[in-house]
Amino acid sequence: MMRIAEALEAFRQHRGDALVVPGRGGRYWIEQTSRHDLDAPLGDPAMGGHAGFGLGLALARPERKLVLFDSEGDILMSLGMLATIAEQAPVNFYHFLLDNECYATTGGQPVPNAKKVAYDKLALAAGYPSAHAFEEIGNLTRELPAILGRPGPVFVWLKVYPEVENEPIGRRSRWQTRSREQVLKDLRGGLGLPS
Amino acid sequence: MAQAAAETAVALSPETVLAQMKQNGVTDIVWLPDSETNWLYLLMQAEPSLRLVGVSREGHACSIAAGLFAGGRKPMILIQNTGMMESGDSIRGWLLSLNIPVVMMVGYRGWTRHGITTDTAATYTERFLMAFGLNYYLIESDADAGRITTAFEETERTRRPVVVLVGDEYHGFNR
Repeated sequence: MMRIAEALEAFRQHRGDALVVPGRGGRYWIEQTSRHDLDAPLGDPAMGGHAGFGLGLALARPERKLVLFDSEGDILMSLGMLATIAEQAPVNFYHFLLDNECYATTGGQPVPNAKKVAYDKLALAAGYPSAHAFEEIGNLTRELPAILGRPGPVFVWLKVYPEVENEPIGRRSRWQTRSREQVLKDLRGGLGLPS
Repeated sequence: MAQAAAETAVALSPETVLAQMKQNGVTDIVWLPDSETNWLYLLMQAEPSLRLVGVSREGHACSIAAGLFAGGRKPMILIQNTGMMESGDSIRGWLLSLNIPVVMMVGYRGWTRHGITTDTAATYTERFLMAFGLNYYLIESDADAGRITTAFEETERTRRPVVVLVGDEYHGFNR
């Protein structure tokens, strides 16, 4: 397994001018990124929707790579989204899955069939042309340039350590530094769009 | 026969809906078919200015529409009332909390002009919209098509989703 922050850091070095939807990795990514205007650290607007947001953004901006860090809890809630992404087949879409096998923000309860779901095979069965799986950061680091150098859509399943939060929501420290509305305004500004 | 012809003449036509989409600059239709939309689907499919993004669950349409808007497109959501109710948390999180200006065109399954229905999909539709504070317009025929443009103008102005309920889709059976 790898740490989420390690996986994001490995990607950061190859980011270029890609749009990034960091999903549940947002708390780490906002410390690592230098292109806040091309990031969408939206937190968790509604569970299961990160892949859809990433797809929409990728379709809207085909001139840039779109890199999404999804989670297994989110995608289990929206497996049908894999078929929609595969049908649209945006060549700029890079779909990373951070799989910690649990609902980390609610205390670490396991997701259904946590240790036996093969997410790379689900993506392939839904119609993704290629999928990869990594458990070790060294292997991911070695293969990332090639993965990002080829056209998407591609699915990359990463086994990550659970980083469980067990504090009641009201007592947790907030990692977001911008409101969702501001994130969207900044992103549109970064793309040269009216806010 | 004469009555059927009269009903057909006043029903909402898919050509009118497509014209409204084009008139209002829609670029992408994020949709899941309802029981009435096949004729519209065929027209949309043949329209080169539109991209169709099919979903398998209506809530997916909300996050996809949000992403499309974030990237500068003008999406429209086309679903049925049953799926809209299924999508409550996605409407809240991906549309309302992000201030996404999008028109949701919603097939009003079970609607009848006289207000008596045995279909609970209709029973709860307007109550659902009111609970979420979503403004909506009902259209029944081509004569109402201007309300679609009104919805587009309102969503741009308010930066909130606005709903167009389609009370009688393309056939005039619900009268």
